[in-house]
Amino acid sequence: MKYESQAVSKPYFIFAIVLFVGQILFGLIIGTQYIIGDFLFPEIPFNVARMVHTNLLIVWLLFGFMGAAYYMIPEEAETELHSPKLAWALFWIFAAAGTLTIIGYLSVPYATLAHITGNDLLPTMGREFLEMPTITKVGVVIVALGFLFNIGMTVLKGRKTVVNLVLLTGLLGLALMFLFSFYNPENIALDKYFWWYVVHLWVEGVWELIMASILAYVLIKVTGVDREIIEKWLYVIIAMALISGILGTGHHFFWIGAPEYWLWLGSIFSAIEPIPFFMMTLFAFNMVNRRRREHPNRAATLWALGCAVMAFLGAGVWGFLHTLAPINYYTHGTQLTAAHGHMAFYGAYVMIVLTIISYAMPIMRGRPNGNSNKAQVTEMWGFWLMTVSMVFITLFLTGAGVLQVWIQRLPESGEALSFMATQDKLVLFYWLRLIAGLFFMAGLVVYVVSFFVGGDEDPQLEKDEAEAAAVAAETA
Amino acid sequence: MAERFTKSMARNMYMGGSLFFILIFVGLTMDTVRQLPERDNRENLTEAVAHGKKLWEDNNCVGCHSLLGEGAYFAPELGNVYLRRGGEAGFKAYFKGWMNAQPLGIPGRRAMPQFNLSDEDLDALADFLEYVSKINTNNWPPNIEG
Ligand code: HEC
Ligand code: HEM
Ligand code: HEM
Ligand SMILES: [Fe+2]
Repeated sequence: MKYESQAVSKPYFIFAIVLFVGQILFGLIIGTQYIIGDFLFPEIPFNVARMVHTNLLIVWLLFGFMGAAYYMIPEEAETELHSPKLAWALFWIFAAAGTLTIIGYLSVPYATLAHITGNDLLPTMGREFLEMPTITKVGVVIVALGFLFNIGMTVLKGRKTVVNLVLLTGLLGLALMFLFSFYNPENIALDKYFWWYVVHLWVEGVWELIMASILAYVLIKVTGVDREIIEKWLYVIIAMALISGILGTGHHFFWIGAPEYWLWLGSIFSAIEPIPFFMMTLFAFNMVNRRRREHPNRAATLWALGCAVMAFLGAGVWGFLHTLAPINYYTHGTQLTAAHGHMAFYGAYVMIVLTIISYAMPIMRGRPNGNSNKAQVTEMWGFWLMTVSMVFITLFLTGAGVLQVWIQRLPESGEALSFMATQDKLVLFYWLRLIAGLFFMAGLVVYVVSFFVGGDEDPQLEKDEAEAAAVAAETA
Repeated sequence: MAERFTKSMARNMYMGGSLFFILIFVGLTMDTVRQLPERDNRENLTEAVAHGKKLWEDNNCVGCHSLLGEGAYFAPELGNVYLRRGGEAGFKAYFKGWMNAQPLGIPGRRAMPQFNLSDEDLDALADFLEYVSKINTNNWPPNIEG
């Protein structure tokens, strides 16, 4: 750690992992409710557990992004963070707001929560992913403003690297697009249209800037490849992300009342959205192959490569699968959507946060060369268990989705099976998904355990690698 | 990447490309907002429909159901439930009966909670669902089962 203030990212990372565990626990609950319909009913209805699952996901990813920024920005800017105190204060505010919101979900009926938090004054609740009370949303905006001020000042007073500028742009965009969550017109067609300004323009827009800049940063660190080369890649990747992703929003405007030209525009532009994800895979492997040093933190390199591959599979391949309008007409809102949502979120955003944690945490814990070999091996077991389980979750949901389309969507009215009758036919897939989910949870436990595996001795490189590293260190 | 393709060219591609497509997107959004009145059934957007939408949100129906294909995939699509369950003649009666009968309490079956809504509120929710079913969705869903 070059700058003391980078250490404020530590509580952000730790809290992120705690919420991650909560997210997966609730994933297992709703995965069970898919099969045993009255499991935990009426104490925790499906919708409540689902919103805990998805909102925890979003909130812990935000914690992860903020931690990444607090770690990366001072080092890139070559200066201390503008105000570590502010960063700590915002940590507690955000953690408290998040915890209270989850407690609210679980302790009173949602309508009561809406009522006591003033949803009648400014209704913003009850829309997917944006379920949090209006006052929580206001809290998020306040935290975001303080956060952006803090890192913005740091960037301004220091060295302005491309990594920092792209990360800052991504985070600014994240906050800006979130403001659309306050716009909730009475007209459902308009509501849906602008709801995607938050959801799509996040994951297929500004978040890609955040992801690409974190990936670039970690690759600079672990490969020692020349910054000029990495920065050029970074620009081309984010250029392609925005060129394809902005009009690509149209793939959500097919069936919600918007004009017909979106059928064409949305299909064409979203069909090129896999390109930036493919480029990230090429980028990661290219840089690692051209590495000028053997970084002893091999777990971090594994996360970086895995992230690029899984993001391409989940977002690029599984996204493309259902993005053309004539196909989406049949697959819209089926288990195929859930299959894609899981692998894309995991591959791109879960894994990029775990990448930066894997790189930064050992350094903050006084192990500049990474964890001990034993701890790294444990972490890599966590990597493989979680990643392979997610592949299986995706495959089982894809199986469920294809069958659902086949028996519920393709036949004519009268021939088609009803929604509930169809669900009964998919129950085998849901069992398999639940089992894969249990393996995912096991992987997560192993991952958490890896933080407690004795890591004080330096990681050992293979003999020839150690020599190469020594040479690289001399020439660097 | 070839040497002739410099970093500043890459940056220009990013700045120029994103600015260009942001402008197009804003333009298309304005055009969409202009065209929506012919498609979104707003002539029938009564006060009751607006109240129904608020109830839809306050009770988080979208946490189990999808509406025009968006939401959760745990319970039936409701964008066309008006057409599926009786339409003009029978929907309201069906809907009120359904809402008041929850939870059905069939062991092992996916359950829907009791929301204890007044008769007036149920009317509003039904009006909302009828309204949604008449939005021009380019013919989605493919069949009545949603
Ligand atoms: C906890 C999950 C859950 C929530 C929340 C929920 N529902 Fe349901 N709903 C279901 C399930 C499950 C079914 C199918 C039940 C069955 O077939 O036995 C259903 C069925 C229905 C049906 C009948 C659909 C048909 O095709 O006949 C209607 C209408 C309905 N719900 C309306 C609502 C409304 C309105 C709300 C919000 C006030 C709501 N639901 C909230 C789970 C839920
Ligand atoms: C990391 C990036 C991505 C993430 C995290 C992501 C996530 C998601 C999620 C969660 C949904 C479901 C939204 C809902 O609940 O209604 C969704 C829908 C969708 N995504 Fe992605 N996605 C990503 C990238 C892509 C890409 C690159 C494509 C296209 C090539 C794509 C195509 C689609 C389509 C067509 C839908 C609509 C599905 C439907 O009609 O039901 N996504 N995405
Ligand atoms: C890191 C891992 C995970 C991520 C990133 C994740 C992400 C998500 C997302 C984005 C959604 C909304 C999907 C959509 O609207 O299409 C969702 C819903 C859901 N998730 Fe997960 N999830 C994870 C793990 C799990 C696990 C382990 C299980 C269960 C075994 C699970 C079960 C579910 C269920 C049942 C839903 C609801 C689907 C519906 O709407 O009907 N998830 N998850
Ligand atoms: Fe999208």
